[in-house]
Amino acid sequence: MKQQRIGKRTIRFRCPPSILAWSGIVGQKEGEGPLGSCFDRVGQDAMFGEKTWEAAESAMQKEAIETALKKGNIRKEDIDCIFAGDLLGQLIATSFGLADFSIPLFGVYGACSTMGESMGLAAMAVDGGYAQKAAAVTSSHFASAEKTFRFPLDYGNQRPLSATWTVTGSGAVIIGEYHPSGQRQVRITAMTAGRIVDYGIKDSMNMGACMAPAAADTLTAYLNDTGEDAESFDKIITGDLGYIGQKILIDLMRKKNIDISLQHTDCGIEIYDKETQDTHAGGSGCGCSAVTLTSWILPRMLSGEWRRVFFMPTGALLSPISFNEGQSVPGIAHGIVLEAGV
Amino acid sequence: MEEKKKNAQKAYQAYVDQVTPKHSCLKNSLYAFISGGLICATGQGLLNFFEYMGVPHDIASNYMTLLLILTSVILTGFNLTTPIAKFAGAGFLVPITGFANSVTACAIEYKKEGQVFGVGSKIFTIAGPVILYGIVTSAFFGTIFYLLLLTGWV
Repeated sequence: MKQQRIGKRTIRFRCPPSILAWSGIVGQKEGEGPLGSCFDRVGQDAMFGEKTWEAAESAMQKEAIETALKKGNIRKEDIDCIFAGDLLGQLIATSFGLADFSIPLFGVYGACSTMGESMGLAAMAVDGGYAQKAAAVTSSHFASAEKTFRFPLDYGNQRPLSATWTVTGSGAVIIGEYHPSGQRQVRITAMTAGRIVDYGIKDSMNMGACMAPAAADTLTAYLNDTGEDAESFDKIITGDLGYIGQKILIDLMRKKNIDISLQHTDCGIEIYDKETQDTHAGGSGCGCSAVTLTSWILPRMLSGEWRRVFFMPTGALLSPISFNEGQSVPGIAHGIVLEAGV
Repeated sequence: MEEKKKNAQKAYQAYVDQVTPKHSCLKNSLYAFISGGLICATGQGLLNFFEYMGVPHDIASNYMTLLLILTSVILTGFNLTTPIAKFAGAGFLVPITGFANSVTACAIEYKKEGQVFGVGSKIFTIAGPVILYGIVTSAFFGTIFYLLLLTGWV
């Protein structure tokens, strides 16, 4: 068992599982963004045929899994378990979205880092022989997140320039045992689980600054554990640090004499056009990294543009209660190593 | 150790403040001044109009207030207050239009959770503190005013 762990925090999979299929379902605003043509479906309205924001988010999760199964030509009976989560209290988007599948479920909460966490757990389950195929799915919805964490949607207030825009979207991946097919596949070769990093920032409207130290911590841990250079990655892609968080991460890494300015990008930066879409610091939410992974990163790896990617969703661990009670906003980041090959 | 951690947090906070862009306070104040002034001038115009129509001052004043509230409520219903507030900021939020918007927004958002635990208990989520502390402050200054009256200072 021990040989799968390298260093303090990194796991290198014995037989790296493949990502067999994926999907990304988004709302209208994301569809109008730079990645608009990449998504499997862009919802016509924010309700997705439901009556409440929460039910709309559940509908997206359901559709994300169904679409991934269909694209991969996989029966739902063949999925041994699902690792899933969202941003709402008690994970209700997940509970009500996935109930109909009747597949064993592990609900996970890592704030916006949930996609990294659930993919890491699914890969461990598959590589450990506990599942042949496992799914990882997360979602977020702009309106349900605003309602949970901030103000009612129609309340007129000014958003600070450091604020991010919660992505309406859900992304799903099906992870399974690797079978050589002669075709290019993307596999999860390693992961570094994040730890809680708290630099004492209390501003919940500047989440990039809260999460960047966690991203720096996880990336450094991976590089130290494996002895690899940052240059061994074609891309290092964080979840939702946004423009401010990106600058801080690059600065923090530079202090450790690691330059990632050429390889680094962020899902929250890629998903919106900040000039025309008025999103300020970038996109955020569980759905942000999930749909950017499934609709932009994985297709580019499959096409051969990138071979090795460090995918690192980032999360800000706060609740409206912890914020009101004066607690800081700690961050967490889970790193997943993706490699494409035959 | 605690001291060292605190200093590191302080240094990081100072660095974050330095790299975080902020709205220009002067520009925002100017926009708020112009738009807040516009809303108040509209109110004054309405008041003058009602008085010109022969409505007594007190009732004309109520008509004006009701009209401003109604306008804000309707704009909120059509989701038009967000772009206004983005530009006007406190210029829109401080007059009665902002108060009406905060109550309507909550009513719309929490309607799905039912009439009692939704609308009923959450309608004043944002306006509640204003009402509570407004009343407390009024009582405080009212008492002072009453004491001044008793002692013959006013």
